Amino acid sequence: MQIYLPIAEVAVNAFALVGLGGVVGLMSGLFGVGGGFLITPLLFFIGIPPAIAVATGANQVVASSFSALLSHVKRKSVDFRMGWVLLAGGLVGSSIGVFFFNILSRLGQVDLVVQLCYVIFLGLIGAMMLQESVRALRRSRKSGPIKPMRRNQHGWVHRGPFKIKFRASGLYISVIPVLLVGAAVGILGALMGVGGGFIMVPAMIYLLGMPTKVVIGTSLFQITFLSAYTTLMHAVSLNTVDIMLAVLLIIGGVVGAQIGTTLGAKLRAEQLRILLALLVLAVCGKLGLDLVLKPDDLYSLTPGVIG
Amino acid sequence: MILRALAILIAGALPLAAQEAAPTKPPERIVADLSRDDVDITTSFDGSEIIIYGAIKREAPPLATPLDVIVTVEGPALPVTVRHKERRFGIWVNTGKVAIASAPNFYVVATTRPLEKILDPAEDSRFRISVPLAMRAFAGAAEVDDVVPYTEALIRLREQHDLYRLDEGAVRLAEETLFRADVRLPANLMEGLYATRIFLIRDGKVQDTFRAPIEVRKVGLERWLYRLAFEKPFLYGLMSLALAVAAGWGASAAFRQLQRS
Repeated sequence: MQIYLPIAEVAVNAFALVGLGGVVGLMSGLFGVGGGFLITPLLFFIGIPPAIAVATGANQVVASSFSALLSHVKRKSVDFRMGWVLLAGGLVGSSIGVFFFNILSRLGQVDLVVQLCYVIFLGLIGAMMLQESVRALRRSRKSGPIKPMRRNQHGWVHRGPFKIKFRASGLYISVIPVLLVGAAVGILGALMGVGGGFIMVPAMIYLLGMPTKVVIGTSLFQITFLSAYTTLMHAVSLNTVDIMLAVLLIIGGVVGAQIGTTLGAKLRAEQLRILLALLVLAVCGKLGLDLVLKPDDLYSLTPGVIG
Repeated sequence: MILRALAILIAGALPLAAQEAAPTKPPERIVADLSRDDVDITTSFDGSEIIIYGAIKREAPPLATPLDVIVTVEGPALPVTVRHKERRFGIWVNTGKVAIASAPNFYVVATTRPLEKILDPAEDSRFRISVPLAMRAFAGAAEVDDVVPYTEALIRLREQHDLYRLDEGAVRLAEETLFRADVRLPANLMEGLYATRIFLIRDGKVQDTFRAPIEVRKVGLERWLYRLAFEKPFLYGLMSLALAVAAGWGASAAFRQLQRS
């Protein structure tokens, strides 16, 4: 069934979009990532103009992460205090990121920087997570019952001033590293046009030392608000949110997200981390190949006159 | 091709009306109409077909040389930038770019016979008939030495998306009097005023021209959403968010019900 999108001004297959939304929603529920790093390239691929793909992708992320977030709230696996602090950092970082983005587009190489960002960060994070989670899985298999992973009890995050008790995460740490993580993710998210969940999740686990079960819900909390902010900014300043496209993606997305959270509750944390690591590495590999392999057509069209 | 690119540059500087002044009192004239002069884009819009038909009115019996008809349909023109990738340090990077100030987003040429056999190149550049001549001018000074590969790439990429087309033999001409062309408009059509032109060709020269507009517009829900997005963007943004949150909550509530039962 073909549907004409009012803002994107193209006709697309409605079922394909619902399916696409479903796959991304599944990732969202399972891993606590917004799925922006998946949905934006996939929308480019089916012929949606890039600016509309980025903005509408953000709107879809709001729906699927909010849906998944509700289930996590029910299971009490959200650290709200941590979420608010991360969000505060995230909004500041996001504004800085947009500023950098504008400078780069004036220099004319924003596409390349974005692609390189993707490859480097996805590659590093994917490799780190895979190595760590495989080791953790092996260890837990050898010693039988799962022992709680020993986090470095007195790392740099515990030394700074302005300590806050994050009860849901079982942490008593300085607020400064939390704000910094939020801001760093905000900058990268704005540069790469994503919510930044795939950077946020490992940063929470490895930098802040939060337990995996709380990480997903808290990351979803932060992503829901950050992508709502992004959607509104895009709608107001660029008119690039296509609500018809969003509805189709959302229908698939919310169902996918629910299946994802149900599945996620049955899988072990180490297994979840291995799956996410493999997914991140796969996207990284695809983007890396695009940079290295000769493109089908050396020429490309961009609407408007680029300065 | 270089000459042709130059012709685009020079002709682009001239006002359009001056180039297309038809010869006075042509011996043969076009009388034509369209099957429809507006196309409505609804939610289920999946392309459309327009029939352009007509007859040739003449005072004297036709000449011995063959008669040909060319029909063009041209969409709204917009600026576009063509970029070129090259390999640097092992990866493919955008290096050169050419900004074209105005290129129609849709352009179809339908003819009775192969274009190069029936149309004189001078007449082509005067009336801007063939696909490469649809582009108007470059925006500012070109940054690259050779713009030809860029303009060729624009045409090639648009042809791949069915937006530019040369349909040789698609116009049917009966008894040198009645003609008909079926022009397919693709699903990825933009809103705006489309221009239809009909050219009567004899001996490679344009004998008469006929023009008619086609209005392509969004209707119903499509129109309402489009206007809301541009006229009240904040409200539209909030609506998109409300929809997302409602859908997210709805799915969560529905699944809880499912799991309970």
